[in-house]
Amino acid sequence: MTTTRTTFSSPLDLQSVRADFPILSRELAGGFPLVYLDSANSSQKPRQVVQAIEDHYLIHNANVARAMHQLGAEATAAYEGGRDKVAAFIGATNSDEIVFTKNASEALNLAAHTLGASLKPGDEVVITEMEHHSNIVPWQLACERTGATLKWFGVTDEGRLDLSNIEELITERTKVVALTWVSNALGTINPITEIAAKAHAVGATVVVDASQAVPQLRVDVSTLGADLLAFTGHKVTGPTGVGVLWGRYDLLASLPPFLGGGEMIEIVRMTGSTYAPPPARFEAGTPPIAQAVGLGAALDYLSGIGMDKIAAHEHAITAYALKGLKTVPGVTILGPAEAVDRGGAISFELDGVHPHDVATVLDTRGIAVRAGHHCARPVHERFGVQSSTRASFYLYTTPEEIDALVDGLGFVRSFFKVA
Amino acid sequence: MQLDSLYQEIILDHYRSPHHSGLAEPYDVEVHHVNPSCGDEVTLRVELDGDVVTAVTHDSVGCSISQASTSVMSDLVIGKPVADGMATYEKFLELMQGRGNVEPDEEVLEDGVAFAGVAQFPARVKCALLGWSAWRDATAQALATKEGVHNA
Repeated sequence: MTTTRTTFSSPLDLQSVRADFPILSRELAGGFPLVYLDSANSSQKPRQVVQAIEDHYLIHNANVARAMHQLGAEATAAYEGGRDKVAAFIGATNSDEIVFTKNASEALNLAAHTLGASLKPGDEVVITEMEHHSNIVPWQLACERTGATLKWFGVTDEGRLDLSNIEELITERTKVVALTWVSNALGTINPITEIAAKAHAVGATVVVDASQAVPQLRVDVSTLGADLLAFTGHKVTGPTGVGVLWGRYDLLASLPPFLGGGEMIEIVRMTGSTYAPPPARFEAGTPPIAQAVGLGAALDYLSGIGMDKIAAHEHAITAYALKGLKTVPGVTILGPAEAVDRGGAISFELDGVHPHDVATVLDTRGIAVRAGHHCARPVHERFGVQSSTRASFYLYTTPEEIDALVDGLGFVRSFFKVA
Repeated sequence: MQLDSLYQEIILDHYRSPHHSGLAEPYDVEVHHVNPSCGDEVTLRVELDGDVVTAVTHDSVGCSISQASTSVMSDLVIGKPVADGMATYEKFLELMQGRGNVEPDEEVLEDGVAFAGVAQFPARVKCALLGWSAWRDATAQALATKEGVHNA
């Protein structure tokens, strides 16, 4: 790899961080070192997380809550320990405000389903045009079920939320405002607290998709303004198969169950059942136990490094990448072109080459990016494009990897003869 | 991974100037197929005369592989009986699923042999099959409609 081309400064010791992620020293076909620029899709996992999961399965494994033996007690303590770590990590005052789900999509479906139970015709749900499909479709379904109306904020040419019509959008008819904190497609960081204040002024509930925020920003739900907040484990260096819905306890306690089954009940009679208090009410069946343990280890890992440092690194590497991409002729960046209120996912078009072809050619040089609509088709439609290439970064991303991307794009242009 | 085996000149030629592109009248059936995972889309029209494919036209957005494959597919099926087109599809599918171990039959596949390299890029096989799946769907619908008229 080449030396860094413009100044770059990060508070992280990247060499020591990367040593925790064995996959990052892999070679791919053709002898190319892996350049992993797809962390917004799924992050890589440090040894510490894999070790915690292994220890759990090899030493402490049993079902939780219902097993009347020592291993059951250990597994329960480990699972609930994961819950405590999540609560502490996002600033929740009470671990009972943490509901484990299988992923962020399930968390958002849980929110839409349970909040949707009290929607009726005339009520309105407000989302945004930059949402991931996971924060669009559940609300479409809830509105179809109940006769409520779905509305949405548009997106400006710069890739910011268009708040110019906020007074018309958020009214006394608004029951739910659901929006992403950091856009997975545009990278935009949205002003959650400001929008939440408007929503709360009309009595609406605020649901935040924090799937891209929790990995890279310090989160404090006690001051954010969200009433419910969803994220997933596998984007924060944790395992797949576990997601989180945080909710204000009094709100969670007022919501009906989502899925029915074991552990979510109080008393079951053939004529009807009563339900456990949160979080158990929303955790039917055997939960993702080892995954919750792994998620706890991941959050310990990130805390050990320091979320402020990780956020500063993400900002620095994003600024470096924006600069580098602008040197490639024919590149158009979707979303904010400067690293201001912007997360570490950059979607772009390369004139004359389709994103799939960009991704395939980069892949043959060991560079992993995502190509497509990134589960955010409406925002691509907003910008008049069918798909884009996305490079995304995390605490282990180096400026040399960005240089490899920039060089790779030059190669793509010459290969397709657009240079 | 061999980039040149994936992006053969024939594929790039078809990509740059796809054959039978632009939706034309008259037609029997129009279908719209998508690859939901990547967003490629094709709108395709088929016209049959009896069991012979008289016209295939399309309007598509997508990568070089999906666009070129739709172009080559149109060349291969137009003017032939539906059964021949379906047999060509089977050959093409076998090639795509062969992970590089299937020797392409140039007699049948003509320009389609250029896609042999795609089989070694599992993520791209679905791109090469998009246009074919649209044609098969449209043709099956057109046959069913004609059958219905016949029986009425």
